[in-house]
Amino acid sequence: MRAFTYERAKDVDAAVAAAQNPGARFIAGGTNLLDLMKVEVEKPAHLIDVSRLPLKDIVDAADGGLTIGAMVTNTDLAADKRVIERYPILTRAIVNGASAQLRNQASTGGNLLQRTRCPYFYDVSKPCNKRAPGSGCSALQGINRMNAVLGGSDACIAVHPSDMAVAMMALDARIETKGGAKGGRTLPIAELYRLPERTPERETNLEPGELITSVILPPAPPGRQTYRKVRDRASYAFALVSVAAILDIDDERKVRGARLALGGVGTVPWRARDAEQGMSGAVVGDKTFQAAGEVAVAGAQGHGGNDFKIPLARRTIARAFTDLTAKA
Amino acid sequence: MAHVIGEPIDRIDGHAKVTGKAVYAADAKTQKLAFGAIATATIAYGEITSIDASEARRQPGVLMVMTHENAPEQAPWVPKAEDPFARPKPQLDSKKIQYFGQPVALVVAETFEAAREAAALIQITYLANKGAFDIEAPDREIKDPKTDVVGKPAASKIGDIDTAMRTAAVTVDSTYKTPYQNHNMMEPHASTAEWTGNMLTVRSAVQLVESAHQCIATTLKVPPDQVEVIAEFIGGGFGGKLPVYGDAILAALAARELKRPVKVVLTRQQMFHVTTHRGASIQRVRLAATQDGTLTGIAHESVAQTARADDFVEPIVAPTRSLYAAPNRLTAQQTVVLDLPIPGSMRAPGEAIGLLALEQAIDELAVKLDKDPIELRLKNEPKEDPEKHIPFSTRNLVACLQQGAERFGWNKRSAKPGANKQGQWLVGMGVAAAIRGNILRKAEAKVTMNSATSATVEMDMTDIGTGSYTIFAQIAAEILDIPLEGVTVKLGHSSYPITPGSGGSFGASSCGAALLDACKKLKARLDKHEGPQGLSAMGRVEPGDEYKKFAQFAYGAHFAEVGVDADTGEVRLRRMLGVFDAGRILNAKTARSQMIGGMIWGVSSALFENQEVDTRYGSFVNVDLANYHVPVHADVPAVEAIALKVFDEHANALGSKGVGELGICGAGAAVSNAIYNACGARVREYPITLDKVLPALG
Repeated sequence: MRAFTYERAKDVDAAVAAAQNPGARFIAGGTNLLDLMKVEVEKPAHLIDVSRLPLKDIVDAADGGLTIGAMVTNTDLAADKRVIERYPILTRAIVNGASAQLRNQASTGGNLLQRTRCPYFYDVSKPCNKRAPGSGCSALQGINRMNAVLGGSDACIAVHPSDMAVAMMALDARIETKGGAKGGRTLPIAELYRLPERTPERETNLEPGELITSVILPPAPPGRQTYRKVRDRASYAFALVSVAAILDIDDERKVRGARLALGGVGTVPWRARDAEQGMSGAVVGDKTFQAAGEVAVAGAQGHGGNDFKIPLARRTIARAFTDLTAKA
Repeated sequence: MAHVIGEPIDRIDGHAKVTGKAVYAADAKTQKLAFGAIATATIAYGEITSIDASEARRQPGVLMVMTHENAPEQAPWVPKAEDPFARPKPQLDSKKIQYFGQPVALVVAETFEAAREAAALIQITYLANKGAFDIEAPDREIKDPKTDVVGKPAASKIGDIDTAMRTAAVTVDSTYKTPYQNHNMMEPHASTAEWTGNMLTVRSAVQLVESAHQCIATTLKVPPDQVEVIAEFIGGGFGGKLPVYGDAILAALAARELKRPVKVVLTRQQMFHVTTHRGASIQRVRLAATQDGTLTGIAHESVAQTARADDFVEPIVAPTRSLYAAPNRLTAQQTVVLDLPIPGSMRAPGEAIGLLALEQAIDELAVKLDKDPIELRLKNEPKEDPEKHIPFSTRNLVACLQQGAERFGWNKRSAKPGANKQGQWLVGMGVAAAIRGNILRKAEAKVTMNSATSATVEMDMTDIGTGSYTIFAQIAAEILDIPLEGVTVKLGHSSYPITPGSGGSFGASSCGAALLDACKKLKARLDKHEGPQGLSAMGRVEPGDEYKKFAQFAYGAHFAEVGVDADTGEVRLRRMLGVFDAGRILNAKTARSQMIGGMIWGVSSALFENQEVDTRYGSFVNVDLANYHVPVHADVPAVEAIALKVFDEHANALGSKGVGELGICGAGAAVSNAIYNACGARVREYPITLDKVLPALG
């Protein structure tokens, strides 16, 4: 770890102003940034502690949605009664992530911006385009069992590791920011993330010094929600595949609306809109759900070690929707 | 005399541990302590061509940078020695790089942070040569060792296995693979070294105090009586702390140069490369049987990794030599020389992975014969050691299998895979046998009366979390007929009487028997009205003819129930039972913890652990506990262990056999057999992750 200077921002404006310092980084829960600093992947000269900013409330919005402060911990967000009742998919996604200790420490904004766990990204002795642009991707021909099958490029197949963000993708969350060139904005979560393409080192569309201040959840869509995470051990493991699914069916058991987002398989939290559209109007059942799985991974590409994620995603998608149609 | 030995007494050191009073190697408080950080090689095979440490030396607080260019002279490494752990372990003694992660520099600074930052600033260039990193490469260099790590013949042959296979009614011929694994004990390897004049004191996390004492003294070219090694508390060892590593040697060298105490702790990531690991293996098992399930032939051949930097022959086929009767037998062990880090002993070296293969093969034979796997094992129970033709000291495998089956509800198992579906889960049961060689080593112990009701025990033995402190207090209290609270147990100083230390499950029996001897001698004198105050006695033990006349093993039977998700292939343990014959149990509570801990590790080896090698770089890839999976609590519900009441009079005067490694032996095979019973997936490449189960699901 490199020596750094530290300040505790007294308010959002001060945090954003301090971010103009060269080499400055925001730190909230620190559950990922500190790990990366210890292995010399991140070497910030200056840390701006935003963990105590007054962004810790979850507020009802007029339209029936929720506004979640960026510093709300993962634990508090998952345990919020309104979230449990209206957005169970989000609670389930969060409690399926990390460990209780990490969820107590991790923030909502920080969770969205956590970085990949690709082991080559963590090992500074190895080529990695995300860490050292132009050095090459070690995972493409290497140990890539955990890597992405969707959204990858010749430069990078690192998975975005968040569970929470996958549920937020399915919920069409919006991100509010302060700072940056525009001084702040609201953008859909789908526009927060960038595919790696030729520049895997740029993971989001946030500008330097731009701070996430809140996440807005629109009113929950009609239908039942589930989050199914498939992983190597029963707890405290990143997803091999995770599925956030919402299904609304009419009296004739036809799909009125479906939402599908995937984790563990994409370079970004993955929304499978083609699959959703394909389900529209179809009668629920194995055929429809299996077709949804096929469509969702139609563009997937395995790299050897992670080939199994493609059939696993198909099966898990079908299973998640089947669970949503089970009699309560 | 109060009955104390065997009672489930709480650890006498438990309070000190949970309150932080127990001093581990990295906890040592001392004046003017300086902090060392190790920099490691980023190539796997070749040599250093240049080192530029100028920026590191300029960092505020940096006191020294040690590399091969300026390291003090040390004794040279030797390839062979009677005690391999006592060999010199010179550090930074050459520009040669023998494995990825080899220490190449030490930075010592006023703070840990400054040392670590400076270590990252050292610029090193290398000339990398083409190394060998793939255990399955077509051009791999295979060696046929004569003996294994404990000096037993690497191969054995009785009768004619090939003919047995050709003529048998039913055969199994299967190849199994086990991956690289790492000990990953909680406490990292750590040392704090301090010189007082010519006297060196090293607090270090080592299992074998005397071996470490010899190693450090020899390496530094210092007389052994000027070195004291202290290891009072150790946060897990599992074989990974049998050797001395760079932390101890570098701390001692730097402390001498700087004339102040130095502490060096490995990072979790460094532990994967700097220390030993369990080598990967490829194992072929052949079984020949008559239609009624009588084995006519049994063969077990293994190929495992060794390192060019140091040789290690894991005794993988050892359990196969004694577990089942069969007239035609063959065992053989080869190694593949790779330029990877050095393999070494890890909990139950040999049995732990040998039984993953053998006990799955037995299950495969049971399926082919359409026979209950317990019945098949009972049918092939040997009356004497099938290779040595000598009697067993005690052997209660049959009782373990039968009592376990009864308690576990084995009769509810359907032999047909996939027959038991509960909601999303395909549920199955598996069984496997456990066997682990029992070892006694030479040991000495001293006990001194402090008063009529109190005494002090001294040994250089270590407590690596096993409960050594507690069982020794129990032995002394019972034999001297004094209260348990009156016994002070002092362990882990090289100036105390010499024991074999902790390893190979020989510690409790060897040291316990030596202590028993000392206490009995002392009690005889007390009974003659000598003392009591200040009266002391030495006790000793060494293996005698009983180890030649009798085949000595500990045994067990594992029963596992797993669920396999019918859609995703996720495997989850539901419950597990182990029934063990480990001779006399010295403390029912700490022994149970050892057995359960071993069983959980067996589950871990079946389902999770895999230290992956990138053969392009010659390095391990998943070098932290987020990516190297071990079980979390949710993975190991309802694990229970039961010990049979046994006294092995041939083992030692206490009647105990080694228990520390027994629990892992065979446990993973019970899980893999349960997976087959649940869903029909026969996975022969460990760990059994869901990607290997999925193809068997519809």
